[in-house]
Amino acid sequence: MRTIALRVARYRPEDETEPTMQEYEVPLREDWAVLDGLNHIKDHLDGTLSYRWSCRMGICGSCGMTVNGEPKLTCGTFLTDYAPGPVTVEPLRNFPVVRDLVVDISDFMGKLPTVSPWIVDSEDAAPAEGEHLQTPEELDEYQQYSMCINCMLCYSACPVYGLDQDFLGPAAIALAQRYNLDSRDHGAHQRVDVLSAADGVWSCTFVGECTTACPKGVDPAGAIQRYKLTAATESVKSLLMPWGRRSDLPRPSGADQDNNAWSREVR
Amino acid sequence: MTSYQPPMSLFWWLRRRSYFFFAVRELSSVFVAWFVVYLLLLGHAVASGEAAYREFVEWSARPWLLGLNLVALVFVVFHAVTWFRLAPQAMVVRVGGRRAPPLWVAAGHYAAWVVVSALVVWVVLA
Amino acid sequence: MAAPARRTRAEPLLWLLFSSGGVVAALFIPVLLLLFGVAIPLGWVSTPDHAHLLAVLQHPVTRVVLLGLCVLALFHWAHRFRYTLHEGLRLKRLGTLVEILCYGGAVAGSLISAYLLLWAW
Repeated sequence: MRTIALRVARYRPEDETEPTMQEYEVPLREDWAVLDGLNHIKDHLDGTLSYRWSCRMGICGSCGMTVNGEPKLTCGTFLTDYAPGPVTVEPLRNFPVVRDLVVDISDFMGKLPTVSPWIVDSEDAAPAEGEHLQTPEELDEYQQYSMCINCMLCYSACPVYGLDQDFLGPAAIALAQRYNLDSRDHGAHQRVDVLSAADGVWSCTFVGECTTACPKGVDPAGAIQRYKLTAATESVKSLLMPWGRRSDLPRPSGADQDNNAWSREVR
Repeated sequence: MTSYQPPMSLFWWLRRRSYFFFAVRELSSVFVAWFVVYLLLLGHAVASGEAAYREFVEWSARPWLLGLNLVALVFVVFHAVTWFRLAPQAMVVRVGGRRAPPLWVAAGHYAAWVVVSALVVWVVLA
Repeated sequence: MAAPARRTRAEPLLWLLFSSGGVVAALFIPVLLLLFGVAIPLGWVSTPDHAHLLAVLQHPVTRVVLLGLCVLALFHWAHRFRYTLHEGLRLKRLGTLVEILCYGGAVAGSLISAYLLLWAW
């Protein structure tokens, strides 16, 4: 049987101060992804290897790792593409490594809710009025951004995030745009403070690697630049017509939102 | 919780090809600024009379300056190509309510580049 | 995450200057640099007549176009170079100093360009 060498990063914080590489020979089968190789190691060669995985079909977003230097979903990255090997498997870059191939994702998990990644209802449209209707054209506006599976490959590819972890980052901004561009959403004013902060879209220098790394075709880099254009247009409008209404970003309708800087400025 | 995170090296932009080309793209701005200086020197020579203009043209043929301007030309062309290539990703152009295909947006930018360049050549040389 | 995010007023305007500068730099600078930096010194095209260039330079439309080009290109440089220093050389802790140098340089260069193009020439 043909085999291929997997060079896997090991990090056992109780024994080591930095990661080391360990090599394993795994069967090279045409239908085996890198994740299958890791599962073979775990089941047959070395039960102490730690890594995250769940669905094996590119939906759960938990098996992201660095394969030969590139951020990849290991369930969709096939061993035969790397034959004759060896294949280097390391944890996702730009995240603290907890053990072996497992990284600490709490920074991303903390950032995600700050952009309200859900549909914010308008206050005057009560659910009793029935379902929200949407045309195919309105769906097209945001559908691409809704494909995000929170796998964090884009954060791993982003040098800006690697240099400064305060950066809100590609996926969080793309998800904010996914809701901003949804015709049913009325939450753009809630997201603007986080998105248009110095650590929001303005930190991005359009390296574009997030879009290259994304396994779902989301194009976070495009989402960020589009938001820059919207935010810049808005601020020019508010400079030229400080008294004017802004139309692009929906306004809150309730009077009880005065503590929100966006609504205060709009009025 | 103990965890390991190596600091990013000062030479992170050498780690991947795409990072390197990104660094080159960003450095093109230095040559954009150099061009402004060169343009103002040229304008000053033209405004100062025929003799000063001749002197400037002779000066511009010195090997070191010619070399600098050739390097600057490579960088500004790289700036232009990358800028127009990325433009459709950053802007959504609507034609009749529908989103124009990104290829059209890029083609429009390149067409504008050709038109402006032809216009400049015509104004300077005609 | 640190303190609650606050929107910045300057960044959108600086970004707008940067991107307008990027567009005009991409449209105008390659051809101008090819002509005056390479083709004319190397004799690929005949050196333009002085009287013709002076007439072009002193035309009001040229003055406005060149001033716009200089100002926007300088702000394009300032913004991009600021991030190059922040990220490429990891100088983010010197942020304010870098920003003063870059944008201050662009303002100074813009004033010089305006004086030359609208007044001196």
